[in-house]
Amino acid sequence: MESTVQPNLPRQAFAARHSLKENVVRWSLITVVLLFFFGFLIIPLVSIFFEAFKQGVSVYLSSIVEADALSAIRLTLFVTLIVVPINAVFGILFAWVITKYSFRGKNLLITLIDLPFSVSPVIGGLIFILLFGQHSSLGRWLISHNINIVFNVPGIVLATLFVTFPFISRELIPLMQSQGTVSEEASILLGASAWQTFIHVTLPNIKWALFYGIILCNARAIGEFGAVSVVSGHIRGMTNTMPLQIENLYNEYQFVAAFAIASIMSLLAILTMVIKVVLENFIKKQTR
Amino acid sequence: MTRIQHSKKKQSIPGFGLTMGLSTLYLSLLVLIPLSLVFIYSARLGWTAFWNDVTDPRVIASYKLSFLTAFSAALVNLVFGLLFAWVLSRYTFPLKRIVDGLVDLPFALPTAVAGITLTTLYSEKGWIGKWLPFDVSFTPIGITLALIFVGLPFVVRMVQPVLQNFEHEVEEASASLGATSFQTFRRVIFPQLLPAALSGFSLAFARSLGEYGSVVFIAGNMPFKTEIAPLMIMTKLEQFDYPAATAIAVVMLVISFALILLINLIQWWSRIRYASH
Repeated sequence: MESTVQPNLPRQAFAARHSLKENVVRWSLITVVLLFFFGFLIIPLVSIFFEAFKQGVSVYLSSIVEADALSAIRLTLFVTLIVVPINAVFGILFAWVITKYSFRGKNLLITLIDLPFSVSPVIGGLIFILLFGQHSSLGRWLISHNINIVFNVPGIVLATLFVTFPFISRELIPLMQSQGTVSEEASILLGASAWQTFIHVTLPNIKWALFYGIILCNARAIGEFGAVSVVSGHIRGMTNTMPLQIENLYNEYQFVAAFAIASIMSLLAILTMVIKVVLENFIKKQTR
Repeated sequence: MTRIQHSKKKQSIPGFGLTMGLSTLYLSLLVLIPLSLVFIYSARLGWTAFWNDVTDPRVIASYKLSFLTAFSAALVNLVFGLLFAWVLSRYTFPLKRIVDGLVDLPFALPTAVAGITLTTLYSEKGWIGKWLPFDVSFTPIGITLALIFVGLPFVVRMVQPVLQNFEHEVEEASASLGATSFQTFRRVIFPQLLPAALSGFSLAFARSLGEYGSVVFIAGNMPFKTEIAPLMIMTKLEQFDYPAATAIAVVMLVISFALILLINLIQWWSRIRYASH
């Protein structure tokens, strides 16, 4: 009985004594955060669209439907459509192995999977030049058989695969760890195969987190610049993705055209954030 | 008997061999073998060539610049990341949902877009640059700003869940024992946040060291002044100096691995600390 009364006493006294000071601290902290947020995130975001529409809507539209821009958009979509499904499948596989079995060296495996996060994207591109370029015997053999991987689309795909490698397993592992293996074990005991168990038991439980991981992987795959820049060779209309096209236009002082493509990519990024917020609510409901 | 039970417990779900095999195969083909090639390729060139490449004064200047800017950016992100996490998990205020939703924007916004946008904003005639008494574009300050932008979400996203799960009773106990709110923060809350904050700091630092897209535009890339290490790799590649590019990559990879080790140590240390409580 006592315990229901007592905690309120010091809290009220404390609140009354400190309310003015606490409010000052609270609102100054909120103000600092809001100022930082506007200065660092909102102003840059607004300025992208401002620069893109500087010379009117018609110039904006014509810089988007321009041939090189369209082929850059097409290549980016093509690369993303290959990369995201592959990394989704293997991301699920990694998360499954790590959360559904117990084995030695699990932490090492997690660290190795996360490795591409801490490696510079430029190195992510360099490794594929070392592997498939003129300087390796494998590369020379492939090139002599007319298979060009670097400075070509396959190189862009490989570099993007490397950079976005950990995105999906990273979203899945914490959720699947908290869900444990009880449902799967029950399903196996009732006679289902591992595959049936995955499709009918595990997948429905992780679908929102999986979707979230796919969205993040997708955003990074579309926007990757450093790694792709190393392996692409910057051939216009051939190996230019959207970010590389932005760089080319910017370096040629075609600012409106550069920001026009940047504005499309920013809209995609904002859309990603909106989907993220919606999905986070779903995931929260699921884990409860 | 015990042996059978042990293996049964270990493998209660079938398919371990196949899924583990496929996972390690993909991991090796895409990440481990290509990354180890950097070391193999460098080792073949011999020690003297390697040493000359990595100690070239222009390259040394780029490491220093990368290290300094990445470290300052990660420090700023540590402070503001803690502040964001605190305000977002403790207070209600207008626009809170928008702030919470958009904090991750730097993860989703392509780095090249961030790069050209910040360069335009902070140029002499830009919206922000024209009000500043000093140059930002084409200076180390500009590089640091770009890295702050890129690394902001790391600390916020590491610390926020810890703060949200924090038990209010502990703070109230501290307050009712006569501690001021600052003392409560420093002695009670901060020690619990420290592992997450340090992990976030190290992640932001690692990311900033390797960052390329958002930096190249605002840096101006002047030798000895505003050339970052990833750009040095790029420059060497453009000159077809593959040995030098690879040698610089080896140094950067070793630093990255050291940081990963540090993050793992922090997490191991915090697990031990929590286990002992």
